[in-house]
Amino acid sequence: MSQPSAQLAGWSAFLDRFGRVLAPVLVGAALLGVWQYLVSVVQVDDVLLPSPARIWEEWEANTGPIREAAGITGTNALAGLAFGSVLGVVLAGIAAAARWFEGMLASVVAALAVVPIVALAPVLNSMFGADSEFGRRAVAAIAAFVPVYINTVRGLRQTTPLHRDLMSTYASTRWQTFRTLTLPSAAPYVLTGVRVASSLAVISALVAEYFGGPRGGLGAFISTSAATSRYALAWAYVGAAIVLGLAAYVATVLLERLVQWRLPAGGS
Amino acid sequence: MTETTPVPPVEGPVEHSAHDDASTAADDVGRAASATEVAVPAAAPFGPPPPAVLVTGLTKRFGTRKGAVHALQDVELRVEPGEFVSLIGPSGCGKSTLMRLIADLEKPTSGSIEVFGKTVKQARADQDYGIAFQQAGLLPWRTVAANIALPLELHGVSRKERRERVSELAEMVGLTDFVKHHPDQLSGGMQQRVAIARSLAEQPRLLLMDEPFGALDEMTRERMQGELSRIARETGAAVVFVTHSIPEAVFLSDRVVVMSPRPGRITGIVETGIGADAARDEALRENPAFFAKVTEVREALHGVPVAEGGREAR
Ligand SMILES: Nc1ncnc2c1ncn2[C@@H]1O[C@H](COP(=O)(O)OP(=O)(O)OP(=O)(O)O)[C@@H](O)[C@H]1O
Ligand SMILES: [Mg+2]
Repeated sequence: MSQPSAQLAGWSAFLDRFGRVLAPVLVGAALLGVWQYLVSVVQVDDVLLPSPARIWEEWEANTGPIREAAGITGTNALAGLAFGSVLGVVLAGIAAAARWFEGMLASVVAALAVVPIVALAPVLNSMFGADSEFGRRAVAAIAAFVPVYINTVRGLRQTTPLHRDLMSTYASTRWQTFRTLTLPSAAPYVLTGVRVASSLAVISALVAEYFGGPRGGLGAFISTSAATSRYALAWAYVGAAIVLGLAAYVATVLLERLVQWRLPAGGS
Repeated sequence: MTETTPVPPVEGPVEHSAHDDASTAADDVGRAASATEVAVPAAAPFGPPPPAVLVTGLTKRFGTRKGAVHALQDVELRVEPGEFVSLIGPSGCGKSTLMRLIADLEKPTSGSIEVFGKTVKQARADQDYGIAFQQAGLLPWRTVAANIALPLELHGVSRKERRERVSELAEMVGLTDFVKHHPDQLSGGMQQRVAIARSLAEQPRLLLMDEPFGALDEMTRERMQGELSRIARETGAAVVFVTHSIPEAVFLSDRVVVMSPRPGRITGIVETGIGADAARDEALRENPAFFAKVTEVREALHGVPVAEGGREAR
């Protein structure tokens, strides 16, 4: 009796698991197919829209430079992410301890949250000079700081009255309470902030390269390749940028999973 | 407010004057008891040891948006070192509030509380009491072992000692096989047992326990009752124990304090006369004297004046 239904459940679990991986792959393959079809059968101008095959050729021919460029952009993004995240957590910690500080910072954070990266990049790039990566890292750090700060501030408010009472019956010091209760309660929120920040840091580091600073990095190569009409190569660099962004995202999702596993929520 | 009481809820508001009209036996006991308690002199140096808990003229009102809630009115209570006192009364009569006041988690509106002759603030700073709340209140990201060890960790007990103490306590509450689990992997009763173990971790001189066995099945509950009275006897700890179960209160206690709601007052105190040295075992549960005391507490509880037509204090 239970045999067919168990089998069915097994199948649906199978479809569910593979569907999650298979569906995006199929969609991607279909898109590539349509794209290639447009170029090679419908004969859309190759300059306007290079075919996937051409882009792949360029990718293969330029793996060295692409990898190098991705390394530069990735390093900038990572440095910005790390610095922005640490700053976000530290300032949020101070804000949680001192209300006036939070009030003071609120307007600054709101301003940073609405400032477009494109507006900051030229200024910071010229500020730190044409051969310094610092301006780009600063842009990435600012972009990463905002979501980490906002999420951490919220996370630091997640302690329950019951847990606060418990710590108070132990006559625990402010620092002990922060370390054993407030910070672990905030951890999932901090990580959500870092996950959002990781994508923003990559995008910012990339976009900042369009506005001066040293030659090198995916953004810089995308703009030079496009400027010299080497569209297929430009697309190859765009592909690398996508891979870089995805890698950053997946890495932070895995980190989040790991911490969630170490710090299970729920219970009481 | 929850009304999940095993006793008929005293829904009707009771004005304080009603207290005097209804001269029930329970009331007389209550007044007599508090009168004698007040007469006992305060602790003097070289004198008798100070009481574990001394509550005098305690009143507590909560200011809420909908007006004041009169949680406790003129409460007098004295708990001697090593004494086991249960608080029993309908839901909302202020048992948890009294507990929280003793634990220095709330401030009295008027009146005073001393714990071992000190202010509650000092007693909390000195870690004179262990507490188990009505909810388990475990830290979800810590394992059972780490939850039990929390107070030890905060107070700088060495890792080795902590490990030994945790395994002792886990064994006592029957969770040895679960020390590596996280709270969300445990049933409500198991979580509650972790909280009990945690409250015992530092062998406090005073235990404050707010319905600690509420979520346990009957068998575990009886076993834990036996364990608790054994621990209390062995460590000489005074216990203030909140429960909704009359037999449980009688079984464990030297005295059962009966409370009534709105405003929360002590309306009776029943001496169980079981004696600190008497074995708390199966024989006691079937003893006629035990049943007599259960009946006495029940009458004290039900003898509380019902719906005398006053206006609610809030
Ligand atoms: N923080 C608070 N703010 C306002 N009112 C409160 C607060 N805490 C308790 N009260 C009120 O005080 C009264 C007593 O509450 P308390 O929790 O002490 O009851 P209890 O005897 O423990 O009840 P139960 O048996 O259901 O646990 C209730 O009317 C409750 O609404
Ligand atoms: Mg309560």
